[in-house]
Amino acid sequence: MIHSLFLINASGDIFLEKHWKSVVSRSVCDYFFEAQERATEPENVPPVIPTPHHYLISVLRHRIYFVAVIQSEVPPLFVIEFLHRVVDTFQDYFGVCTEAAIKDNVVVVYELLEEMLDNGFPLATESNILKELIKPPTILRTMVNTITGSTNVGEQLPTGQLSVVPWRRTGVKYTNNEAYFDVVEEIDAIIDKSGSTITAEIQGVIDACVKLTGMPDLTLSFMNPRLLDDVSFHPCVRFKRWEAERILSFIPPDGNFRLLSYHVSSQNLVAIPVYVKHNITFREGSSQGRFDLTLGPKQTMGKAVESVLVSSQLPRGVLNTNLNPSQGTYTFDPVTKLLTWDVGKINPQKLPSLKGTMSLQAGASKPDENPTINIQFKIQQMAISGLKVNRLDMYGEKYKPFKGIKYMTKAGKFQVRT
Amino acid sequence: MSASSAFNDEKGGSSSVGEPEYGHDPASGGIFSSDYKRHDDLKEMLDSNKDSLKLEAMKRIVAMIARGKNASDLFPAVVKNVACKNIEVKKLVYVYLVRYAEEQQDLALLSISTFQRGLKDPNQLIRASALRVLSSIRVTIIVPIMMLAIKEAASDMSPYVRKTAAHAIPKLYSLDPEQKDQLIEVIEKLLADKTTLVAGSVVMAFEEVCPERIDLIHKNYRKLCNLLIDVEEWGQVVIINMLTRYARTQFLNPNINESLLEEGGSGEKTFYGSDDEEDEDEEEKEKKAETAAMAKRKPYVMDPDHRLLLRNTKPLLQSRNAAVVMAVAQLYFHLAPKAEVGVIAKALVRLLRSHSEVQYVVLQNVATMTIKRRGMFEPYLKSFYIRSTDPTQIKVLKLEVLTNLANETNISTILREFQTYIKSMDKDFVAATIQAIGRCATNIGEVRDTCLNGLVQLLSNRDELVVAESVVVIKKLLQMQPEKHSDIIKHMAKLTDNIQVPMARASILWLIGEYCEHVPKIAPDVLRKMAKSFTNEEDIVKLQIINLAAKLYLTNSKQTKLLTQYVLNLAKYDQNYDIRDRARFIRQLIVPTEKSGALSKYAKKLFLALKPAPVLESPFKDRDHFQLGSLSHLLNAKAGGYQELPDWPEAAPDPSVRNVEVPEWTKCSSREKRKEKKVEKPFYSDSEGESGPTESADSESDSGSGSESASGSEVSASGSESEESEEGSESEEEEQKDKKKTKKELKKPVQESESEQSSEEEERKHARKSKISKSESESESDEEDESESESSESESEDSESEAEVKKKKKAAESKPPCKPVKKENKKEKKEISLLDLDDFDPTPSPQVTPVNSFLSSSLVTDLEGLSLSDSVLAPATMAPSSALKSYELLHRITGEGLQVEFCFSRQPFSPDANMVAVQMHFTNNASADAKSLHMEDVKLQSGMRVREFPEIELLPAGETATAVMGIDFCDSTQAANFQLCTQTRKFFVSIQPPVGELMRPVFLTENEFKKEQGQLMGMNEITEKLTLDATCRNEHTIVQRVTAAANLSRVPCGSDKECRFAGRTVTSGSLVLVTVVTREEGAAQLTVNCEKMVIGTMLVKDILLALTQ
Repeated sequence: MIHSLFLINASGDIFLEKHWKSVVSRSVCDYFFEAQERATEPENVPPVIPTPHHYLISVLRHRIYFVAVIQSEVPPLFVIEFLHRVVDTFQDYFGVCTEAAIKDNVVVVYELLEEMLDNGFPLATESNILKELIKPPTILRTMVNTITGSTNVGEQLPTGQLSVVPWRRTGVKYTNNEAYFDVVEEIDAIIDKSGSTITAEIQGVIDACVKLTGMPDLTLSFMNPRLLDDVSFHPCVRFKRWEAERILSFIPPDGNFRLLSYHVSSQNLVAIPVYVKHNITFREGSSQGRFDLTLGPKQTMGKAVESVLVSSQLPRGVLNTNLNPSQGTYTFDPVTKLLTWDVGKINPQKLPSLKGTMSLQAGASKPDENPTINIQFKIQQMAISGLKVNRLDMYGEKYKPFKGIKYMTKAGKFQVRT
Repeated sequence: MSASSAFNDEKGGSSSVGEPEYGHDPASGGIFSSDYKRHDDLKEMLDSNKDSLKLEAMKRIVAMIARGKNASDLFPAVVKNVACKNIEVKKLVYVYLVRYAEEQQDLALLSISTFQRGLKDPNQLIRASALRVLSSIRVTIIVPIMMLAIKEAASDMSPYVRKTAAHAIPKLYSLDPEQKDQLIEVIEKLLADKTTLVAGSVVMAFEEVCPERIDLIHKNYRKLCNLLIDVEEWGQVVIINMLTRYARTQFLNPNINESLLEEGGSGEKTFYGSDDEEDEDEEEKEKKAETAAMAKRKPYVMDPDHRLLLRNTKPLLQSRNAAVVMAVAQLYFHLAPKAEVGVIAKALVRLLRSHSEVQYVVLQNVATMTIKRRGMFEPYLKSFYIRSTDPTQIKVLKLEVLTNLANETNISTILREFQTYIKSMDKDFVAATIQAIGRCATNIGEVRDTCLNGLVQLLSNRDELVVAESVVVIKKLLQMQPEKHSDIIKHMAKLTDNIQVPMARASILWLIGEYCEHVPKIAPDVLRKMAKSFTNEEDIVKLQIINLAAKLYLTNSKQTKLLTQYVLNLAKYDQNYDIRDRARFIRQLIVPTEKSGALSKYAKKLFLALKPAPVLESPFKDRDHFQLGSLSHLLNAKAGGYQELPDWPEAAPDPSVRNVEVPEWTKCSSREKRKEKKVEKPFYSDSEGESGPTESADSESDSGSGSESASGSEVSASGSESEESEEGSESEEEEQKDKKKTKKELKKPVQESESEQSSEEEERKHARKSKISKSESESESDEEDESESESSESESEDSESEAEVKKKKKAAESKPPCKPVKKENKKEKKEISLLDLDDFDPTPSPQVTPVNSFLSSSLVTDLEGLSLSDSVLAPATMAPSSALKSYELLHRITGEGLQVEFCFSRQPFSPDANMVAVQMHFTNNASADAKSLHMEDVKLQSGMRVREFPEIELLPAGETATAVMGIDFCDSTQAANFQLCTQTRKFFVSIQPPVGELMRPVFLTENEFKKEQGQLMGMNEITEKLTLDATCRNEHTIVQRVTAAANLSRVPCGSDKECRFAGRTVTSGSLVLVTVVTREEGAAQLTVNCEKMVIGTMLVKDILLALTQ
């Protein structure tokens, strides 16, 4: 399936290559560079590029292109999904997935890639199994290794690969047994000029951090499972149980993992927690434009809207801005024309605003387009859909674990058209 | 032979390849001499005996490889370390080896022996990793070694090693395609593997090596479907894609009726994407005719296997892996009935939340789907709205989907949305939006004018690209109804002064030329202006100027004759030969000269013919002839190795090819039926006369027996599956007869029936004896007896010598009711019966679980089981002589014709010894067939477990079926609740076991019994006094009643006033000991010793009830 993998950085250098079958010359990447040149933006490079003898399938993450070379028919999503899994694994191992991190840990990267694919077909992609095979580098271990000459490669054999629950390590032991679940919901919305909602939907995930000894069997039930319209599970979740009783029953992987992602049915009205008053105008003939933006909370159920960040791509004609934020800081990049305003927390008594003028190119006609405003925010301790976890039970082990559930609402792709 | 010749060829080939390399070596050595020096330190480190130095060196080498630097000259130094003890060094050496072995074939061979040793390692993981590296070394010389290793690994005990073997298959195949035939054998073998670990990898190998051998799948089809959900995610993708292709060849089109309508009604050729139109039409007609005929012949009924696939893949739509979701989506799109395809939409829309690359692929597929099944995605219209932050390629695809989804009802919302897009800063996207508007306008007549007006407004846009694109689209729209829109044409004529984009200018000129009669005054003026700027125009514009001139010349030659001449003259000397050609051609055609031929008469017709309006089509039209989700579909071109998705067959191939010889549950049930039968028979078949002839049975194997029915039942118990299936059915038939017989006969006095039976048998025996030697005939007749009349084996098997027999007979006679029961285990007939062993061997091993002998499927194990059989036979001997009590699970009224009874078969449940086997008996009294009977929604007390019975695909009306399920009741009498589902209905049912069924019999000697009883005194002992029922005062009846109430086995006892029974609870294995001591006048005392007091108390109640009634 996957013949080779090339990692290419933003400046177009191939800084890592790995081959699972015969060696493919790195000149094959020239086709990729061609496509990259043609695309104006980095994210516009087509994910699939046919070349005379190969096909290049690439993903862009953290400003690194992961380019897989394949030779024959294979579902493109198969490769794309795998590449993303590789990136996730790197991130899991090194904390960040940057060129520097990969270069520093090139041997671990190589060992990982070796285990993840056999002859181009995925072999071990569960992070729990991989961690049993190759221990993630930590500062401490790196130091110990340099002194003692010991290794990152696990001494014991990866028994996880043989088990019926391949996602869980065997022989897990903790002194503090804890299981934490984060219910994180994101609102995707498009708000039109007049402030009415064009489309809004809620996507949620439940991320878990489970550190439990032995082989615990957990069940998680919801107060209102009907809210969940469309769900996708970590493989550990027993699907039949969910179908029958709407209860999540699973033997959790060890450590951090995404238990569930869901979509809240579109029949439910989505509460939009912030509103934006805007007045962005360009006058014909004058080299000045007005910029006036006010944010306010609505439908937040008394919770504070935090970490608000407003960004907007201003038209090319804008040379510079002279704005005055009532709180927070704003920046404008005259090259990319990107305006960002870090608002922070919205105080309902004193609404944050950003007012001022934009200077336009002299003599140029007024821009046709109005910029869209992207907003990011966070609301703690609330799931905007109203989803509530009812209870979490553990079977199969004797001890009493610490349990915790946290709710959070975030803006996903939240856009206001002006 | 072929392998060895191939081997030689390869050898020759490799050496010839090797030579030029040597030739290069000195040169490269010269160039990279500095490299050599630099690598010296690495070599030194590798040669040292410190692992840490070696590791450091290997790390540096791997880093070199990763950066793409050449490290091949270190090969000899590295390969030496292949047997290094340090795991990390070893792993890195493997990495190096796999990378460079191909270049340094000879040296690579040095490492092979290490791996060969590894293949024999007792640790499965080491075996697997050895095979993995060995098969990754691309050296043709070792092909035979790899082949051998793969073959061996394919039959390894460990599924992980087998999985690795499956992975190795494509590697070997790519190294040497001539091994294909042998590899297919291995694949065939591995396909039959029942573990989820192997399934994905072997299907992958199948797809790479022999995707055309669809016949290999038949037998494994159902298994693959059932395993699917537990296979790892990558394997799922491969299996689903393969099964899609498989299903297309094996099942009928579920939309056969609808596709007929589609084709007939709309006349659209949705079926074929081929270019050859005529062929297509013919084919289509044929097909139409055939399908029509077929539709008339019989209504479509979905093959249950087809349904199985759809049902088992559906949950995977919930997978977190986008590739799996896409695979299921394409499977549904290609295979599901139209009404069911909709379920995939939601999952696909969910994927749009994922990374942009995933979105890109998913949107491509959604675009194709929306063309064929628009309704599916209509509810999700808003999910395809475009955000300013989307990458352009995603925007364009979303636009495509939105356009495909547009219809009369939603067009206004879509157009409003488009309007905002037009203001976007992304000009490529704006251009795409304008085209999308054009397509909406052509597809939906109602909005054509609105769209046209909107586009005309765009003509005054400041951005030239927008204007140009609008012009092009307007041109296409105008072509549909030009007469109404002369003012738009006029407006556009004015634009020629400003617009510089060649495509737009060309479009305007073409429009004016084409409709010059609508704008008679403007057209010549435009031509005048164009003639002025002719030399500065782009080529496509020049061509259109010539066109315009020609058309005007034909319609309005008075005004334009000179202009045309002028333009043609300019064109004559143009640099581009296309333009020169065109000018020459047109001049000849339109300007009448003496030489000009007949054609010029028709010039007007040629130039001003009515042209068909362009059809604005989606680029995704007809892409669905590629399998969705495939690379080929994405590129709209066939990729290497793409397997065509076959068209549905006209008639379904034989579905029975998928029948696996005998599904597990039928086996059990048929066997059990037989056993039941036997249980009934003892009454009449129990005759002393038989004991003589049957004695020899134990020493004889069942092979070579002449009587079909006898051997049938024998073999089916112990022989191969295939035989079983055939003969099982035979014997089943017989069984039915037998049952009838027994029913009749049961009414008669026992004595009579016995004599009848024995006389029958004796007759036969005599007939045979004349032909065959005595002993043989005896053994045969014995077998015959079993099958037909189930004669009492206990006696017959007993003894080797007559004297022994007699003794035993006495023993047997003392407990006459027990004898018949032994027949339960046919297989064990030939084994020495328990009773004998008791007599002759006072210390049998009592603890062996019965499972052993029941599970044994081969003769050998049966025979080996001889010594073990005592424990097995013990329960059999003591089992109740009446038929097993059956309970009603589902009444036929509440079940709407489906009646379900269950009984505790008292057989060990083979998949799990801790479970109680529950035999379910389904009877379909309804007039319609019941389909897909299965369990769902099992609700249990904690700790309890259930092994569901295999789904019954089809239960035709009036038929019956039997299935066995296992329940681990955890030694409690809590009920197991579950839903019994048919395709259409669900019934809540529950199974509550009587306490007596929670145990299995064990065999104890008298001494052991006493010893155990001694340890279970005090709290664990319960004693009750009772008065025996009048009908229940002899030992025989007591034994019968107690064993009927509880699944216990009798323990031999010296006193005839005392009956003892022993058993163990099924889950915890706690001993249960029961003693009944009889006194005068029907007085008796019952003692139960059991560690589990609850069980004990309940058991006492049950036995009391049984004995006093």
